[in-house]
Amino acid sequence: MIEAFFELFLARYNYWMAIILMLIGLYALIAKHNLVKKIIGLNIFQTAIFLFYISFGDVEGGTAPIYLPEGIDALYVNPLPHVLILTAIVVGVSTTAVALALITRIYEEYGVIDEDELKELVRGRR
Amino acid sequence: MMLVHLPVFLVTIPIVASLLILAAGWHDRRFCHPIALATVLFQFGAAVVLLFGVMRGGPIHYHVGGWAPPLGIELVIDSFNGFILIVILLLSAAAVVYAKRSVEKEIPADKTVSFYVLFQLLITGLVGMTITGDIFNLYVFLEISSISAYTLISAARRPHSYVASFNYLVLGSIAAGFILLGIGNLYVATGSLNMRELAVMLPASYELATVHSAFLFLMIGFSIKAAVFPLHLWLPDAYAESPSVVTVLISTVMAKVSVYALFRILFTVFTTAYILDSFPVTGIVLFIAAVAIIAGAVLAIGQDDLKRLLAYSSVSQIGYIMFALGVANQIALEGGLLHILGHAVMKGCLFMVAGLIIYRMGTSRLSELKGVAKTMPVSCAAFALAGASMIGIPPTIGFMSKYYLVLGAFEAGHYLYAAVLLVGSLLAAVYIWKFIEVAYFGHPHGEEHGHAAGGGRNDRGKREAPLSMLAPVVTLALLCLILGMGVEVLMENVIGPAVTLLLGGA
Repeated sequence: MIEAFFELFLARYNYWMAIILMLIGLYALIAKHNLVKKIIGLNIFQTAIFLFYISFGDVEGGTAPIYLPEGIDALYVNPLPHVLILTAIVVGVSTTAVALALITRIYEEYGVIDEDELKELVRGRR
Repeated sequence: MMLVHLPVFLVTIPIVASLLILAAGWHDRRFCHPIALATVLFQFGAAVVLLFGVMRGGPIHYHVGGWAPPLGIELVIDSFNGFILIVILLLSAAAVVYAKRSVEKEIPADKTVSFYVLFQLLITGLVGMTITGDIFNLYVFLEISSISAYTLISAARRPHSYVASFNYLVLGSIAAGFILLGIGNLYVATGSLNMRELAVMLPASYELATVHSAFLFLMIGFSIKAAVFPLHLWLPDAYAESPSVVTVLISTVMAKVSVYALFRILFTVFTTAYILDSFPVTGIVLFIAAVAIIAGAVLAIGQDDLKRLLAYSSVSQIGYIMFALGVANQIALEGGLLHILGHAVMKGCLFMVAGLIIYRMGTSRLSELKGVAKTMPVSCAAFALAGASMIGIPPTIGFMSKYYLVLGAFEAGHYLYAAVLLVGSLLAAVYIWKFIEVAYFGHPHGEEHGHAAGGGRNDRGKREAPLSMLAPVVTLALLCLILGMGVEVLMENVIGPAVTLLLGGA
């Protein structure tokens, strides 16, 4: 039983890693009270997705997809997921930037970056 | 010649315009608004031309940069998204007209330029989401619009808006992550990102777990974005705390585009065969929609803040659109699409009135707005008209869409769910009435003070909001009525073919 499970894990370990990372990220997003740590969690979550994309684009023994002269064959990795993820990374960076800017503002206004204290303060002001 | 490239101009010209706003705004802030207005009017004009083109000659496929679909990105305009395009650009145009004075009042002067740049990018992102035929491109445009929206929500620099924006950002990013995962799974299953191609290739792997998980990821992701009931938690704060004009835009245009994307994925990429047979999801959607209709309305009744009340009402109304998806027959979907239009128009109008009231009165708390109708008669009349449409009083558009939904539910044999629609309407009457009662039958606080009342009232009579803000409100309120009466034309020429297209697959 355990062996079978282990084999299943090894056969697709890249996906398992992505899933584990993703869950770590989601856990941090939900359980951490510090807003900055939440954003770190969000980043881990996004990175897991990036790794998922990159690993399914990979071909064992494949090389970089560089254009070769006629007659020479080579095994390429699929470049498309990599290109897609380049876009997604840019998006992730911008989201993080906006989030951190917001946290700075929240800190300036309320003087806290802890979610629970923030909730109290917001409720108190309204 | 230029006409051929119209689809891509819908996206590229606004992006260039947003840079132009930045450059011109550097020189003089007053240039920003005219450029934004001209751009959105151009987009609206282009959308009208394109929709007529679609009605005459069928769907328009545009290959960006001349690269054919498997390699390149395709823009597709058919009767479904042509219709959505008109709706969102109509509302965007109204919002931009409305924005001028609203921004002067609410946004710090040195932020006006960046506000308009982001505003333009938000509209562009949403238009891009609507017309793209490539599923990854959809994600990119989604993120363009989302990031603009996160920033715009906090643009008024109210302390609580930062928190609202942050919460939306976290949930929105999770949603975007799910969507990205779903797209990845679809790519693994088929090796394509083009929606039409996906629709052709997917049936072969309908039973794969990869496809099921892709479906669920996409469905949940877009449900968060569209604020379908249990996933609506970001919505009330985000709507209530953002500047008036941003509320108008995200509550109408952005919410509708998210719903559109959900419909597009479900019906065009996965097709009805999948959602009815391979992965029967409509029953659950129907149930959730019914809960959303009731819960949203009940929560709305409990609010004291006008914008918050309208925000919860949006949760309820999104339920109506999801209801159509749950019933998934011709008539109900026609009702659903009509409700996308109707809800955009009436909720746009209601939120604009809320903005007008904040503009004049400085508050949107119902308890402080007693007798506001005496001060702002036109705005409150517009609210009453759009509110009547929200409740579903004939002959408004709100009545027509609910009528079609009920007919669709009857045809599918969901009698109990049809009753839910009616209960939802009754509850809508309660929360709309809350404002009407305060506005028309409440007595202003200062009025009891003897002789000051006469002079005070004269003064108050002049305090209607500026014309440039009032005009879009009145236009939208009248549209509720006009669209309701002209619904036959709309059904026959636009919505009917759109639904046939949805149900008939790609």
